[in-house]
Formats: sequence, C-alpha cells, structure tokens
Amino acid sequence: MWPLYVFILPTLLYVILFCYAPMYGIVIAFQDFTPADDIISGTASWAGMANFERFFSLYNFWDLFSNTFLLCLFGFLIGFPLPIIVALSLNAMRGKKASKILQTIFYAPHFISLVVLVGMLYLLFGQMGLVNNIGNALGLGRYSFFLEAKAFRPLFIFSGNWQDFGWSAIIYLAALAGVDPQLHEAAEVDGASRVRRIFAVDLPAIMPTISVMLILSIGSLMSVGYEKALLMQTDANLQYSEIISTYVYKMGLKGGDYGFATAVGLFNSAINLVLLLIANTLSKKFSENSLW
Amino acid sequence: MVNTMIRALQNRAIERKEARNRSRRSPIRPSKGDKVFYAINGIFLLILAVIVIYPMWFIIVASFSDPDAVLNGKVWAWPVGFTISGYTNLLKEKAIWTGYRNTIIYVTLGTLWNLFLTIPAGWALSRKDLPFRKVIMWIMIVTMFFGGGLIPYYLLVSTLGLVNSPLSQILLGGVSVYNLFMVKSYYTTNIPQETIEAAEVDGCGEFRTFFSIVLPLSKPIIAVMILFYAVGRWNNYFDALIFLSSEEYFPLQLVLHNILMAAEEASTSASGSDTILEATKTANQIRYSSIIVSSLPIIIAYPFIQKYFNQGFLVGSFK
Repeated sequence: MWPLYVFILPTLLYVILFCYAPMYGIVIAFQDFTPADDIISGTASWAGMANFERFFSLYNFWDLFSNTFLLCLFGFLIGFPLPIIVALSLNAMRGKKASKILQTIFYAPHFISLVVLVGMLYLLFGQMGLVNNIGNALGLGRYSFFLEAKAFRPLFIFSGNWQDFGWSAIIYLAALAGVDPQLHEAAEVDGASRVRRIFAVDLPAIMPTISVMLILSIGSLMSVGYEKALLMQTDANLQYSEIISTYVYKMGLKGGDYGFATAVGLFNSAINLVLLLIANTLSKKFSENSLW
Repeated sequence: MVNTMIRALQNRAIERKEARNRSRRSPIRPSKGDKVFYAINGIFLLILAVIVIYPMWFIIVASFSDPDAVLNGKVWAWPVGFTISGYTNLLKEKAIWTGYRNTIIYVTLGTLWNLFLTIPAGWALSRKDLPFRKVIMWIMIVTMFFGGGLIPYYLLVSTLGLVNSPLSQILLGGVSVYNLFMVKSYYTTNIPQETIEAAEVDGCGEFRTFFSIVLPLSKPIIAVMILFYAVGRWNNYFDALIFLSSEEYFPLQLVLHNILMAAEEASTSASGSDTILEATKTANQIRYSSIIVSSLPIIIAYPFIQKYFNQGFLVGSFK
C-alpha cells in the first residue's frame, strides 16, 4: 500500500513546509528579532518573555483585546443563529422551486471579494454614498459612517452576515434534507402544525450539526482576520477597528518589529486554541457531539 | 456525528425521488394556522432576498447613471441619465488591463497547482489501507486550528525568495485542508471499496486504478474544487498586498483596491469644496464600474456553477 504515498507526498511536504515550518518560526516571539536577523542560523538574541510583557503592559492592550473579542462576540450572536433560521425557513417552504431560487440568491454574496465588499460599503455608506445621498436629498444631512468609530462594528458585522448567512445555511440545509419525510407525515397526521413540526422534527434533526458549528464558533471567538478590518479602517474609527490581527500586521510587516508582532499573534492564537479545546470538552461531556 | 451527516446527504437523492413519486404536496390540506405561517415565512424570505439583491443591483444601476443624479439621491431603482462614461474612463486605465492579465495567469496556474495537491491526496486519504492514515489526518487537522502566524509565514516566504515574485501568487495557498477533506469524503461515499478491490484482483496497480477508474468518476468533485479554488484566487487580495511591490505583477483585486480606496479619504475629509465634489463624482463613477468589471467573470459564471452548491459533498468531514 506504500505506492499510495506518491499521491499524498507532495501535499504532505507542502503542508509541512508552509504550515509547520512557520510554527517553528514562533521561536522569534521569544527573541529580539529584527528584519536583519536570520531565523535559520539563529542570530537573534533571546528575550525570554519580554515581548509578551511589553504587549501586556501596552497602554491599549485592553482596547485591542476587547475590540477583538466584542467584534467576534457580536458577530457570533447574529451570525450563528441567522443561518439556522434561514435554513429552517427555506426548508419549510411549500414551493421547492422557489426555495431553490432563493438559495441561489442567498449564496451569491459569498462569491464577492472582500475588496469589492468594502468598496460597496463605501459606495453605499460613504460620505457620497447612496444612504447619504438619499438622506441629504430628504434634508437629513450627511452622516460619516467611516469617520464615526461607533459605526464600525455594525457595518463590519452586518456586511459580514450579509455576505455569508446564505452560504453558512448550506450545511444545515443538507442535514435537513436527510430528515425522513415519514416523520413529517406522521406528525401531520397527528395534527401537528408546520411550526410545531419545525421544533419537533426539523430542529432535533439538525442538532448534531448545530453542536459542531457551535464548537467551531466558540473556538473562533477571538479570531478575526486582519483582512476586512484593515480595509475598513480609517484614522477616525481606529478606536474600535484596531484589533489584535491588524495590530500584528502593522507592528510586524509595516513596523519591522518581528519578534514582538509574533508574540502578539501567538497570544491570540493560543487563546483561540484554548477556547476551542474548552468548547469541545464541554460538548463531549454534555452531549455525544465533538470534533474528535 | 459527521457520519450521520454524510448518511443524511446520501439519503437526499432517495428522498427526493420518493417525494416525487408521492403526491406533489402533502395529502392533508394546510390548516388555517399553517397558511398564515407559510405566508409569513414567504414574506420573511422575500425581504431577505431583497436585502441581498438590492446593494448589488444598486451598484449596477449606479454604474450606468449620470453621476449628478447619483449624488442627488435620484438613482435607486433604475439608471437615471444613462451613460457608460464610467466604463470608458475605467478601461483607459492601463493598470486594469495588466491586473486582468495577471489575475487570469495566477488563477489558471494556481488552480492547476491546487488540483494537483488536492485531488490525489484526497484519494489517498480516503483509502482505509493507507499506512499511518490517522497520523496524516492529524497532521492536516492541526493546521486548521493552529498556525505560526503572519510574521513567521512572511519570513518563510521571504527565505524562499518569493517576495515580490509573481510565483508567490501561484504557489502560496496550494492546498486548503477543508477542501482536501471534502475530496476525501467524496471518495469515501462515492467510490465503492469493491470497485477498488476488483481492480486490484484484475492486476491494476495504484496508478492505473487512480487514472483509469477514480479520475473518470471525479468530475463533479473536480468541478467543485475548481470553483472554490478559482473563486478564492480571483478574489485574493492580501497575498498580493503582502508579497508584491512591483505594479507590473499586481493582480486585479489590488488594482481595484487602489481605485476604490484611493480618493476616499480626500472625499470624506473635505466634501465642501466644489472641485473635490466634482472629482468625487467622476471617481465614484469609475468605482461603480470597476466593481462590475472586476466581478464580471464571476457574474457570468454564477448561473452555471450554482447547480453544484446543493451537492451533498459540500459538507466536509473530520473523521
């Protein structure tokens, strides 16, 4: 069976080089590493925990922390139930054709690039955007969505949900499609209404899927990529839009403070890992569902 | 848990056939309460559909409208003062053309590289007799939840000499573990063990089996993989932002970003002056059309690719 390794070896090597080699690179979080240093020959001097201490004693440490956490938390509170509701709702439609068409519509934004998405936000909510143009025509004046720090989170979260709620519903729709129609028929004969059947038949059927998605979501409560936040950042909304990952990007790639930025990034991914492990353990304990 | 899900997916086709055989709708007439529910449910979904479609529709409409009408809030449902000046101005920009060319090259070669790393490996992982299968699975799974982070990754790419090389835009992002598992679960559910055993009895080696039996049965999953990887690459912006500095290598998304964001700060900070207002109008016009132009391939392909979304194997598997 060893010839099978020819099929997987390139992929394995790729993953080891591009995913595991950077894990070794984490050592620089414990070094005074500058762009002039070389990671392989190890020219940088050891710094112990100094990079972490510097991060924890940063004047805006708690701002970065809470900005990251709250952005994820609010995103989760809306983004987790929405696809479930939409999937149940689509599944309960009587016209299957209409349901298919709606699904096709709901999936579409998923294929829009982040650059286009944020560009659309500027064109819709910017100073000269649709909302302001209409507001101005109605005599309401113009509101600077991108200059008001308060507007950052709603814009970020709603645009994110707009883009992905339909796509995230796929997994629940697939589980719902596997529900035995006889269950529905039996319930109907017993006089259960459609609403009742959602709670008595559909919801229990997708419960295992919901648990797994919940574990994954809790495991990512501190992980939000820098990509979209960076695109939406303006000097005026930094108060809420500066999150750990954008800070890593700026300090590391822009500022050349490699060791420090790596330490900050490591802190963040360590929290994610711990959250994931806790969620998985709890789920294993209270239900039979777990990731592994 | 995941097994139940896969079984559920397999049941789907059977269920669909059964449903067709039975009366088109359930034999019992809906009660009054149910009718109310169906109505509310339909309205809810319809509103959602409008929320999803409208922003995209507005961008299209605005791109064909007179900038003055857009600015005065007159454009919202239909083009006002039809014009294509946004498009003609945009296509005069050389950067758009090089961006388009670069992106097409990156997407084509990059997706081939993705398929090379995903399809055979997915096949090997689906084979229960692969030695150390569990270990390899774990090596892959770990990368989904933990990584070295941005800076070590950058240092690696830099050590490999890929910074500011167009090769970086093809080689990086070579395999998505999520996609790999999707391929694996496709093979587990769609290629019966007996077929492989029969091929072995007939003296088929691993290569023959893969190329003459497995690959011809892989068309649907290859289509889905091309779709996922190609769209991901078409939309990719950050690998270019981080690793490229020469404009001649910039992909479309980076060019688009410069068009979309360049004048935003100017327009937000000083909206009073007339010249800036004038500049903003033209710039916005170009922005609307640049969004359409850069999304064109996806808009055109969407009706053809959407049939793949409902296929069961979109759901990956951990076990």
